[in-house]
Amino acid sequence: MLGYTITQWLFGILSFLAIMFALMVVFTRNPVNSVLYLVLTFFCIAGHYLLLNAQFLAVVHIVVYAGAIMVLFLFIIMLMNLNADTEPRKHIVTRVIAGLVGGVLLFVMVGALKGAEQLQLVHGGSSQIGLVKNLGKVLFSEFLFPFEIASVLLLAALVGAIMIGKRDTNINSKESTN
Amino acid sequence: MIKLVALIPLFPLLGFIINGFFGKKISKSLSGWIASLAVLASFVVSLLIFMELEHSEVKSHIVPLFSWINSDTLKIPFEFLVDPLSSWFLLIITGIGFLIHIYSMGYMHDDEGFARFFTYLNLFVFFMLLLVLGNNYLIMFVGWEGVGLCSYLLIGFWFKNTAYNNAAKKAFIMNRIGDLGFLMGIILIFVTFGSISYDQVFTIASTGNEGTVTAIALLLFIGAMGKSAQLPLYTWLPDAMAGPTPVSALIHAATMVTAGIYMIVRSNVFYSMSEQASHVVAIVGVATALFAATIGLFQNDIKKVLAYSTVSQLGLMFLGLGVGAYSSSVFHVTTHAFFKALLFLGAGSVIHAMGGEQDMRKMGGLWKHLPITGKVMAIGTLAISGFPLLSGFFSKDEILAHTYEHSPTLWFFGQVASILTAFYMFRLLFLTFFGKFRGTHEQEHHLHESPSTMTIPLIVLAILSMFGGVLGLPEFWGTTNWFHHHLDPIIAHKNPSILNHTKEWTLMFIATAAALATIFFAYMVYIKNNILPEAKDEKLTGIKKLIYNKYYVDEIYEAVIRKPLDLLSEGFYKFLDLQVVDGIVNGVGSAVTGVSSLVRKVQTGHIGFYIFGMVLGIIAILFFTFIK
Amino acid sequence: MLNGIPINFYIMLSAVLFIIGAVGVMARRNAIIIFMCIELMLNAVNLLLVAFSTLHNDASGQVFVFFIMAVAAAEVAVGLAILSMVYRNFKTIDIDLLSRLKN
Repeated sequence: MLGYTITQWLFGILSFLAIMFALMVVFTRNPVNSVLYLVLTFFCIAGHYLLLNAQFLAVVHIVVYAGAIMVLFLFIIMLMNLNADTEPRKHIVTRVIAGLVGGVLLFVMVGALKGAEQLQLVHGGSSQIGLVKNLGKVLFSEFLFPFEIASVLLLAALVGAIMIGKRDTNINSKESTN
Repeated sequence: MIKLVALIPLFPLLGFIINGFFGKKISKSLSGWIASLAVLASFVVSLLIFMELEHSEVKSHIVPLFSWINSDTLKIPFEFLVDPLSSWFLLIITGIGFLIHIYSMGYMHDDEGFARFFTYLNLFVFFMLLLVLGNNYLIMFVGWEGVGLCSYLLIGFWFKNTAYNNAAKKAFIMNRIGDLGFLMGIILIFVTFGSISYDQVFTIASTGNEGTVTAIALLLFIGAMGKSAQLPLYTWLPDAMAGPTPVSALIHAATMVTAGIYMIVRSNVFYSMSEQASHVVAIVGVATALFAATIGLFQNDIKKVLAYSTVSQLGLMFLGLGVGAYSSSVFHVTTHAFFKALLFLGAGSVIHAMGGEQDMRKMGGLWKHLPITGKVMAIGTLAISGFPLLSGFFSKDEILAHTYEHSPTLWFFGQVASILTAFYMFRLLFLTFFGKFRGTHEQEHHLHESPSTMTIPLIVLAILSMFGGVLGLPEFWGTTNWFHHHLDPIIAHKNPSILNHTKEWTLMFIATAAALATIFFAYMVYIKNNILPEAKDEKLTGIKKLIYNKYYVDEIYEAVIRKPLDLLSEGFYKFLDLQVVDGIVNGVGSAVTGVSSLVRKVQTGHIGFYIFGMVLGIIAILFFTFIK
Repeated sequence: MLNGIPINFYIMLSAVLFIIGAVGVMARRNAIIIFMCIELMLNAVNLLLVAFSTLHNDASGQVFVFFIMAVAAAEVAVGLAILSMVYRNFKTIDIDLLSRLKN
């Protein structure tokens, strides 16, 4: 097809969609829509992972990000009852400056990374390390200790979130006296 | 057996640990016996090793224990060296040490710090053995500092008395001055020869140029000056008499103060190479001998007399070292350890009987009350005065004969010092044991001979003082000087005796005649004419007053060193501390306050603003890192 | 080349996604949206890590992404808890109104 392989086509389409959805995340006024666009962006990124033969990560990505994290976001937004009308907007000047700074950042980044095309390929493109079996082996041998630590971190975050989110009457009474 | 040399310091260390941790839980006599038996065990091992060495062909054994410091070019193994010199010192330390431990059990019997005393004493023996046994200067330095520490602890043993504490501090600080010299000497040795192990350094010592070797020798001698109480760092030793008397005997007469001599004999290679350094040692030695002997003439405190006598005798030993008579000096160290420990312990026995009184003007006529102490003190006094055929006679004569070979002038001053020694020692003996009792009635009633734990060590030491001389009979008597031969392997350059026999006989005759004449003179003054020292210090005039006040050396040090230092530090405090340092610190503080009051305006508290700042920062970092 | 796609395409894609996230962080006032944009930036980085991991055939990169996901999950949990707390106390999550950092 037009001299491109199917993979290249897929890459092009997924990239285009990812960027579009990402832009929509930033430019949509309604937070709920933003969340939904972000979910779509994440699906595109998951597609990229599949293209890179990183199946395990693609699945984890969808489960963790699109499944768990974004649901959390959505839940909080619903809880706060945010919508397009209540959404605060920055001054137009600030937004223009933000765009300009973003442009400069892109420029600098592209400049900084331009040497990357000379990178030598160590192995062929058909890498098998992203498969569950191979990644699991690495994860449970070489990275076993960090893996266990990560579980402790998640537990700590769980406890922390509950502690913070709990309605503490003492703090509230203190706030009201201030 | 030589392989087991590590046992020797191990026993006192164990004693130290047991007494240090459990001293309060076990009974007094048990803790005393633990400490004494630890030293006895060391003595037995030392004796076995000494015998083995005596029959062994190889005279120098290095016993490696473990690798101690290992850092780039600095490699210092923890090794012990067993050779004639160290094995001989081992015998002195553990032998005399054991006797003094036994003695202390009687002397310190009523003291509440009994276990603490033996803890320190064992620790001292441990460090002293380390000092003597080490095969490199660093181990010697560790022992050196360790004995200094124990000396400090034991001088200030009765820490409730401020004067005693000050004496302890003085000893420690004076020693530190010397230690600095010693440390610099070690560093210079390492820099010059790339090693501090004796065997390596001494084999390549001849490659060093003379200036460096002289510097090393002088720096080491500064260390010896501090530890062995030589002019000008001697003032701590008389004050160190604040400690319990057994301590004075063990540390400040028999062992620790001879560490300086051990060190110089050990490093005799350097001193043989450097004429100037040897000269300095000889002159400082003879000056100290003379100076301390004159002060000793008018002291009234029985222990102070002995202290000045120790300083004087140490001076004599250094004179011997300075003229190259290393083995004679070690011989004198040995006999001096015998009779000076005896004298100190005897004095302790007297003080014990007098209920803590140390002033000789309040004693007198103790001979009939303290028969054993009196007799052994008389033997010790005769020995130190150079009475013929007693131990001091041989060792002192040997040093003086070698001095005569070297320089008759030095010999003259040395002879004068030794005459003065005879005089003040007999003054001590006569004032203490003869004449009428001058103390209070209560004291007279209380007089008693000491218990056998104290008298037995005294008797043993008295026998040693009497017959210790046979170790080194002079060669012109046609006998072999065993001691000379014993130490031969460790002396690098021997200077053969150039005196003929007639001269040696003459010198010996002069010394004997002088000693006897002095004793007679002292007898005339203190017994026949019964002239007593002034009861009141103020009545003294002229030169007597000058000497009685120890030439005002302490006061001079106070005025010349301490006062200017105080003024200097005061000045530094006022200028450097208050103006410069505080100025900088306060200036930094106010500068930070000033700048931050400007900068804080940037901190608006708006998160959006901060995020902009962060992104701009990232841009800047990327820009400067990757695009140049 | 990764399945026929040059590595710098991935670099460009990641950079663009990252900058969109950064612009979002700068241009929006809603703390939750800012949070989401940060997640977007994280993902841009993750994508690049996976791409390089595959390029070098080295699993460390992907393991790293896995850990980043774990940390991100923890971060979101705590972060959203804080935001809900802030909302409960101040009745707003507009960062321009939340300028109490100043004092």
